[in-house]
Amino acid sequence: MADGGVGRTLVLREKSGFGPPGRLLARLGKLLKNTVVIAAFLALWEIAPRAGLVDGTFLPPLSEVAEAWWRLLLSGDLADHALASLSRSAGGFFLAIAVSIPLGLAIGWWKPVSEYLNPMLELLRNTAALAILPVFILLLGLGETSKVAIVFYACFFPLLINTISGVRNVDPLLIKSARSMGLSSVRLFRKVMIPASIPTIFVGIRQAAASSILVLVAAEMVGAKSGLGYLIQYAQFSFLIPDMYAGIITISAIGLIANYALVALERRLTGWKQTYNE
Amino acid sequence: MTAKISIQHVYKSFRVQRNLGHLKEEFHPISALQDIHLDVRQGEFMVIVGPSGCGKSTLLDLLAGLSKPSSGRILLDGKPIEGPNLDRGIVFQQYALFPWKTALANVEFGLEAKGIGRRQRRKIAKEFLELVGLAGFENRYPHELSGGMRQRVAIARSLAYDPDVLLMDEPFAALDAQTRETLQSELLRIWEATGKTVIFITHGIDEAVYLGQRVAVMTSRPGRIKRIVDIPFASRSGEEDFRSDSAFVKLRHEVWDLLKDEVSKAQEQEKSNSLEAFPGGRSPLKGAVADG
Repeated sequence: MADGGVGRTLVLREKSGFGPPGRLLARLGKLLKNTVVIAAFLALWEIAPRAGLVDGTFLPPLSEVAEAWWRLLLSGDLADHALASLSRSAGGFFLAIAVSIPLGLAIGWWKPVSEYLNPMLELLRNTAALAILPVFILLLGLGETSKVAIVFYACFFPLLINTISGVRNVDPLLIKSARSMGLSSVRLFRKVMIPASIPTIFVGIRQAAASSILVLVAAEMVGAKSGLGYLIQYAQFSFLIPDMYAGIITISAIGLIANYALVALERRLTGWKQTYNE
Repeated sequence: MTAKISIQHVYKSFRVQRNLGHLKEEFHPISALQDIHLDVRQGEFMVIVGPSGCGKSTLLDLLAGLSKPSSGRILLDGKPIEGPNLDRGIVFQQYALFPWKTALANVEFGLEAKGIGRRQRRKIAKEFLELVGLAGFENRYPHELSGGMRQRVAIARSLAYDPDVLLMDEPFAALDAQTRETLQSELLRIWEATGKTVIFITHGIDEAVYLGQRVAVMTSRPGRIKRIVDIPFASRSGEEDFRSDSAFVKLRHEVWDLLKDEVSKAQEQEKSNSLEAFPGGRSPLKGAVADG
């Protein structure tokens, strides 16, 4: 009896800890954890140049950068450059998805093919995309094609390699189980291999998205007349330092948004796996 | 007597590739099964028990049609087994559920392979989840279920497409003792309700004697059938636990007597295998084993 009573009060106490007011508190705590360091960083950015800790010419305070960003946004320049960048990186990214996921599935499925191709893929994968940029410019010119091509190249390998390893690492027991139910190879592939490798493919998609932006900005700095990379480079050359920072901020915002969008998509597609991660 | 499954003088050997690191790769054939001869009657609960590594699972793969015997043949209803088919259902030790499918969708999987329409599929799958005691868990994913529940889903999946024969490969070995006993009696209930022919592989003697109408004892590698022990109990799912029955204890002892030499032989084999794989400690230990 006494034990039961103690147990009950314990349970009640625990419950009140997760009750509505408690939950609100927990949520606020989480929000604090997520924002406090960023807020401190932004504050430092504002204060350090004003206090003379750094040279305000090269690192203008955040408010000036924000002003420049707003001006660029209103004039439409920012949208033009962002659109140019986004269409290039999205073009290369989706082209890479369309080519390398089917190719990776095929290579992973036919073992002999992957044995032949693996050394070549290793070689190409370890060749930094930017190192080949001059080749792309020579072959494809300074126009859009070379930019899309370099993004495609940078996205291609993370996607391909993750897709191959996704297919290769499907639990053999699942394959055995499906085969024991008399599934044909085609159905086995469609019903077991593809769904089982989606989580690994997604790792590749996220890597590819990150490198598509990275490589594109660098490519635009070298040879382009539009795009956020060009904006940053041009602003630096023309000594429009706040504009340069505005370009940088825009790029990190795009990167963040793209990553969150992909994480959300991943949650939807591989919801069955989520609890492992949490 | 007409046999549902007739295993006739089946041999199976593998060519195993051993990479000993410093040596060149060696191929040497390993004989897994030797002259297996066994008839299983329609509706019978047949248990195959043997020491670890005796080729029990190899035999099950042959029955499933996932591999072919090196010689001899296996007949199902008088016809040789050509390959995997939905007339045999397999339950694996590690459940082998598809983690991206709910319990219901997992049970539907085999029905889909059989070409049954969506609505009918759903209805049958629900019935079988109910049969294994999982009504209300239709929309759970495998990782949201306990080991015992997962194995129930796997059993429901194999029963749902209505195979003639249920092949079970140590299905309860990964479960805790209490869950295992519950599932054993549930399995007997399901077997009595459905009248399937069951071939159940295990290394547990209690499990073998409790479940089987006959228990085939296998030798250590290469696996042969040493003896088939009849377990003459009419009904197992009665009120009292017949595991405490004196006849049960006697049969259990009989099976253990048949098995114990094989178990120690299998353990010797395992030792000498790992000595071969790690030749550093070879000479002194090998001498000790030979002396003992």
